[in-house]
Amino acid sequence: MVEVEKMEMPAEAAAPPKMRASGVSVWYGDKRAIDDVSIDVGQEHVTAFIGPSGCGKSTFLRTLNRMNDTIPNARVTGRIELDGDDIYASNMDVVQLRARVGMVFQKPNPFPKSIFENVAYGPRIHGLASGRQELDAIVERSLKRAGLWEEVKDRLAESGTALSGGQQQRLCIARAIAVDPEVILMDEPCSALDPIATAKIEELIHELRGRYAIVIVTHNMQQAARVSQRTAFFHLGELIEYGETSQIFTNPRVERTKDYITGRYG
Amino acid sequence: MATTGHTLKAFDDDLNRLRASIAEMGGLAEAAIAAAMRALVERDGESARAVVAADKRIDLLETEIETLAVQIIALRAPMADDLREVVAALKIAGVVERIGDYAKNIAKRVPAIEESSNLKPLSLLPEMGRIVAEMVRTALDAFVARDSAKAVQVCERDRAVDDFYNSIFRTLLTFMMENPNNITPATHLLFVAKNLERVGDHATNIAEMVYFAASGEHLAERERGADPTRAGD
Amino acid sequence: MEQRLKRRYAAERRFRLIGLGAILLSAGFLALLLFTMVSNGARGFTRTEVRLDIDFAKSAIFLDPAALRSANARAALAAADIQGAVQKAAEAQYGAQGARLLSDTAWLKVQGSIEDDPSILTRTATIWLPAASPIDVARKGDGDPEAERVNAQLDSRDALRTRLNSDFLTVGDATDPAAVGVWAAFKGSLLTMLVTLALAFPVGVLSAVYLEEYAPRNRWTDLIEVSINNLAAVPSIIFGLLGLAVFLNTMHLPRSAPLVGGLTLALMTMPVIVIAGRNAIKSVPPSIRDAALGVGASRVQVVYHHVLPLALPGILTGTIIGMARALGETAPLLMIGMRAFITTPPGGFTDPATVLPVQIFLWSDEVSRGFVEKTSAAIIVLLVFLLAMNGIAIYLRNRFERRW
Repeated sequence: MVEVEKMEMPAEAAAPPKMRASGVSVWYGDKRAIDDVSIDVGQEHVTAFIGPSGCGKSTFLRTLNRMNDTIPNARVTGRIELDGDDIYASNMDVVQLRARVGMVFQKPNPFPKSIFENVAYGPRIHGLASGRQELDAIVERSLKRAGLWEEVKDRLAESGTALSGGQQQRLCIARAIAVDPEVILMDEPCSALDPIATAKIEELIHELRGRYAIVIVTHNMQQAARVSQRTAFFHLGELIEYGETSQIFTNPRVERTKDYITGRYG
Repeated sequence: MATTGHTLKAFDDDLNRLRASIAEMGGLAEAAIAAAMRALVERDGESARAVVAADKRIDLLETEIETLAVQIIALRAPMADDLREVVAALKIAGVVERIGDYAKNIAKRVPAIEESSNLKPLSLLPEMGRIVAEMVRTALDAFVARDSAKAVQVCERDRAVDDFYNSIFRTLLTFMMENPNNITPATHLLFVAKNLERVGDHATNIAEMVYFAASGEHLAERERGADPTRAGD
Repeated sequence: MEQRLKRRYAAERRFRLIGLGAILLSAGFLALLLFTMVSNGARGFTRTEVRLDIDFAKSAIFLDPAALRSANARAALAAADIQGAVQKAAEAQYGAQGARLLSDTAWLKVQGSIEDDPSILTRTATIWLPAASPIDVARKGDGDPEAERVNAQLDSRDALRTRLNSDFLTVGDATDPAAVGVWAAFKGSLLTMLVTLALAFPVGVLSAVYLEEYAPRNRWTDLIEVSINNLAAVPSIIFGLLGLAVFLNTMHLPRSAPLVGGLTLALMTMPVIVIAGRNAIKSVPPSIRDAALGVGASRVQVVYHHVLPLALPGILTGTIIGMARALGETAPLLMIGMRAFITTPPGGFTDPATVLPVQIFLWSDEVSRGFVEKTSAAIIVLLVFLLAMNGIAIYLRNRFERRW
């Protein structure tokens, strides 16, 4: 088994990690999909998970907000902490957890409701607004932060599914932001979008960086290089290397990482 | 060391073309130094002119390599060691072009000493020329093979070159002090020695670039020979 | 190459023609059914009326107009023997057989006129009364020779007219075909459908939700799924036997009541709704569920805010199919006794009642010729009821579908 290469983190990242995974393994029935992964997710940066198809990066991402609970024969061992609290403890409310750790999916999936309703749904079910005015304010703020407000402010009652692909994805991001999360998980958010929409989302990620801890899974290495400050390389369910993005892409330490990013893999 | 090829074979082809061009350029520069030194010792003006003319080819190769490197960066998005190699190739091309210029410069001085008679210090120079030519060859071999150990060897050789230079410097000074008629030819020889010493430095620079490209780390500050400016004390 | 192309085109053309032929055949049968029904039943909505001139002042009706305004109106009317007076007036106008020209319940019309306008008792009035069934049938062209003759005779005296049968939709069953109406059966069907819907819809939808969203995937749920699928195919009469055994014999619920009928039909309709509901829920894309879970919705919220609204069109379609089937069911209701002779419409869910299909069945069994057209007319009413029900459901379905 390959040892995990952890960089010496520079002094400016001395703040405690927002989420910490220790010895996490995921089983689907008898098949082990994730093998003993330990990784920190920092508060201030964008962390990218890269790796070939089927290496487990999406599976691992889903353990961070317990989305794997919905799969009948999935089993998670190890410890995952959010601000020091074990998220798989029996006294952790999954619904609350998912409000603190939001998720954006690969294919934009707005609810088949109006744009306003899409963004307002989360705050409504969590009771974050005490009246219509507050709800309006939350919706406006979320759409502004997602960079969508100017384009839709005159048509909030239109259906969310009538928007273009890139706009839909930004709507999904606004929806995730509306519940005021602390971490945002993105599972290949741009893979269904054209280059211009992709660039807008990447710029959006850059703007969101300080406010939320962001983890992005991507199979596009250039995107990981553009967007993240820390990169983790997964392969066959194992974490092979994790370090500063600039170091991973100019001088990776592990041979397998180097083979993957230079295109010698396979 | 690159063991497996890229999934995209065309990428491998591009990198091989780059290495081949660098190797060719290096070979030409190395030959130019040897030819220039031979022309100097035999005082052969004909050969000297040939060396000067051949420098054009080296310049042309430099622009070719530059174009190819930029193309690879734009089209292949090289990462990690591939990226370092391409950047190193760019820089090395520039350095080898200058080495070629030094060889040309040496060749240009051949007519100046053609008439002079016995020049004693001349006997030291060929050895120096041979060493620096060998350094250039080793450095470029290291590049093509991505061999950082070989690169380190080159840096160590430079010490000998510096020592050579210091000794020639002193000899030429003495030569000039013996007889004022010797001053003109001796000065030319001094420039030749200086050029060779510069070639040695450049070969060392190439070796440092190769080391970085191959390993991803920079060589520690190397030891230099004794400071030549104090040689005359 | 050319050959293959030609053959392919020919095959496609053939296929299209066969499809068109199939549709035309089905449409043809449907048109035939409708045409037959309408042509037979249209006549059921009209009736022949006989003119009767009654001189109330000279008649044997002893009625004080003042009494009609008091609380004893009913008693007073009953005591006035209006029926006898009408009979006498008919005999006076048309001869000894005059009374036989009128329908059995014709005198109720006179009573109605008196109630509407008590001043009529002081003068002579001309009232058009429903004719007896033989006359009615004869006028519509289907009667026996005797009736035809009388018909012609009366016609020449301008004593007959044909009018819309306003009673058909407002009264219950009767022995005289000229006097029957579908209202009792219609109300019975309505009440039964309400009970069926109230039971089958919630139970069916909730079962579908549970089976799809919450139940673990193991042998037991597989067994349940197979059982429900089979239940949907069970012949309806079995449910009648079940209703008989459980609701009537064990639970002693009132026989022939819409409550029992509704319970039995609900048992029959529920599997259809569960199957349709499960398919509709299954077809909701998992990305919507993921999105809702990702925002922090609980499982209940995911189902009720997202899955059910999207599955509703499919569920409503299944409900339409189930309810339409239930509306037309005769056998199970016969088994639980909803075949009584119901003259007054049921007042509540526990009063004896009958339903339209059963009424149609009973009328079709009758001997008298007059019932033929009434049966067809009742079938038309049933079809209209069905169409209305489907129309409402389709409107609801479109309304929910249009919103997204």
